[in-house]
Amino acid sequence: MSQTTMDPRLLRAPPKRKLRLSWADERVRGIVWQILVVGLFGAIFYWLWSNTVHNLEVRRIATGFGFLDREAGLPIGESLIEYSPTDTYLRALLVGLLNTLKVAVVGIVLATVLGTLVGIARLSRNWLLSKVAGVYIEVIRDLPLLLQLLFWYSIMQSLPGPRQSLNPVEGVFLSNRGLKLPWLEWQDAHTYALLAFVAGAVGTWLWSRRATALRLQDGKPRPVWPAALGLLVGLPLVVWFAFGAPWTVDWPALRGFNFRGGLTVTPEYFALLLGLVLYTAGFIAEIVRAGIQAVPHGQWEAAQALGLRRGAVLKRIVLPQALRVIIPPMTSQYLNITKNSSLAVAIGYQDIVSIANTVLNQTGQAIEGIAIIMLVYLTISLSISLFMNWYNARIALVER
Amino acid sequence: MSDITLGTAVAAAPEAVPRTAPLSQIGLVGWLRANLFSSWINSAVTLLVLYFVVRWAIGFVEWGVINAVWSVPNNQTQVCRDLKGTGACWAVITEKHRFILFGTYPYEEHWRPALCVLLFVGLYIVSAMRRFWRKELALVWIGVLTLIGALMWGGVFGLSYVPQERWGGLVITLILATFGLAFAFPLAIMVALGRRSSLPAIKALCVVYVELIRGVPLISLLFMASVMFPLFLPEGMNIDKLLRAQIAIILFAGAYLAEVVRGGLQALPKGQYEAADALGLSYWQKTGFIILPQALRLVIPPLVNTFIGFFKDTSLVLIIGIFDLLTAGKTAIIEPAWQGFGVEVYLTVGAIYFVFCFAMSKYSQGLEAELNRHRVR
Repeated sequence: MSQTTMDPRLLRAPPKRKLRLSWADERVRGIVWQILVVGLFGAIFYWLWSNTVHNLEVRRIATGFGFLDREAGLPIGESLIEYSPTDTYLRALLVGLLNTLKVAVVGIVLATVLGTLVGIARLSRNWLLSKVAGVYIEVIRDLPLLLQLLFWYSIMQSLPGPRQSLNPVEGVFLSNRGLKLPWLEWQDAHTYALLAFVAGAVGTWLWSRRATALRLQDGKPRPVWPAALGLLVGLPLVVWFAFGAPWTVDWPALRGFNFRGGLTVTPEYFALLLGLVLYTAGFIAEIVRAGIQAVPHGQWEAAQALGLRRGAVLKRIVLPQALRVIIPPMTSQYLNITKNSSLAVAIGYQDIVSIANTVLNQTGQAIEGIAIIMLVYLTISLSISLFMNWYNARIALVER
Repeated sequence: MSDITLGTAVAAAPEAVPRTAPLSQIGLVGWLRANLFSSWINSAVTLLVLYFVVRWAIGFVEWGVINAVWSVPNNQTQVCRDLKGTGACWAVITEKHRFILFGTYPYEEHWRPALCVLLFVGLYIVSAMRRFWRKELALVWIGVLTLIGALMWGGVFGLSYVPQERWGGLVITLILATFGLAFAFPLAIMVALGRRSSLPAIKALCVVYVELIRGVPLISLLFMASVMFPLFLPEGMNIDKLLRAQIAIILFAGAYLAEVVRGGLQALPKGQYEAADALGLSYWQKTGFIILPQALRLVIPPLVNTFIGFFKDTSLVLIIGIFDLLTAGKTAIIEPAWQGFGVEVYLTVGAIYFVFCFAMSKYSQGLEAELNRHRVR
């Protein structure tokens, strides 16, 4: 409704009343209540704070983050960056943070893929497939994650040793020392090829935007796939060949009592990742199912009546609408996977919580240690929230 | 147009009698064709899934029943180890089930925690029935929880005193979950109301509390309860570990439940608030008589889902060394004789968790269907 048609009496600001110093005045009551509540909380916090300061003095614990520069003397099993026990506590915590991110990022990607597949299987018209997916979802969601992690870890530990390791595919070994995979020996050429691939992806995205814009002008469709093929596959290949096409695979091989070479996935990381992915996929599957079911059936029928193919209906009509329902709960699952990765401490994977816990036991800096843990998770949570909110706002329905 | 076709149809088949559908469309065959073998790709999927399900089921039965060892004399686990993973060693459960269920509670007194578990289950069942949803239920809760406390501690009615350090197993899980719920729920309602309040200071306090708690993992709160909390209290004053963990769980659950309750408050049409104001009700009258009864009813299904998550999350106290069901299971296999039988123990403990969570989940689904009955067409 536009402003001009409104009753002019409604546009008038309500009369300003003077604040009366009486309990009958709603605003006075509000102010008094707020002062009381804030005062109460302030008093409680002051009490706790003064106790803490006193206790710290009695126990002669120095406060502050000065301990971060001291030598850690803390061995860490797996690390993405160079680390030795002679490094500082700060570096040890950084290693822990990177380990947390390593499991969270990989976990989010894998859980999304698996969860989407299971969610679609749950909606399948095939009765058996749908039931199997349903049982998986129900069972996995009704068991505590920590129990599942301990379960997978005890399975990893009960696997045979390296000499009798399971060898499902040539070059892949599963033993109680973890998972061994063949891996490419990384060289400069691969880095450049990867950069070329990223450049190609950007180029493809630009071209597809341009193609859509041109099509909106004259109505002629312009295929995107030849450009995509050339930029995504051709360009990296050309770069790779320009560097002489180096290609050496590092195969894991048994030497004595252990493996040499290849990529190692430690049992702790493997158990943690497996547990997190299987658990979260159960929740994501339900989200995906609910999202697809939230699109009214009439949308499918209307799109088919327009003569769109099934793939086009899914891509252009159903998915954009389903995503609007899916994104907000999916965000909280991504946050959950990040926060749940802190359960690593129970199976000995050295993530930020595990390392900060060791640090606080070694130094006695309990408050600082826990503050670091909370700060790290708050930062990660807020970043994921901000990104997903931005994405959500981008795909949200544009309302008048 | 329709008259003509009808006329010709009748003329063409004057002897037409109602026929049953072809056999391939009805009954078992029809169902199979429609749901499992509707196309060649569907048939392929069915056969593939069937193959894996059958193979897995046979493997599980072989491992868990046929090759399994059910009991061994005097911790002689060599029999189990000789199986080399081809069969389950249920002997660990036969031997340790009392420990897993009741922890280090005195052996002759195990009937007390067992009775407490039954009381808890009874309390849940009564609370789940809609006919008991009235004010007296709160009194029942207070009564039963007091009785449970008396049974566990003893020292009255001729029961021997059992210090809290010796409690353990399933009853600790139920205590953490039930007391946590009983305190977190009122807290959550207050915080949710505070977050919707028009008083800026109160609103800010509630927002900071909820966002801070939801942004960090439960483990960090439990660590805080176990390492940092003793520093907060004046010298000489000490709260025991279980209670500290309980407080951390209440604060954690309160923040999550508050968001669910807030969802209900927001979903309520604005007219309800305005109508209550127009009747001249005070804030607490409006909230207690008009808003909450409707808002809570809207969010019962998500509330139950939060309860399930929260019941599972009590298992995290394992990390700070509190003796709940999962910790008892993990401790049972520390003894060298029983090391390496984690899979059997975790499957058993998992089955107990599953029974509770599955019951809650089915209840929530049933309730949701019942509450939405007016929407079904």
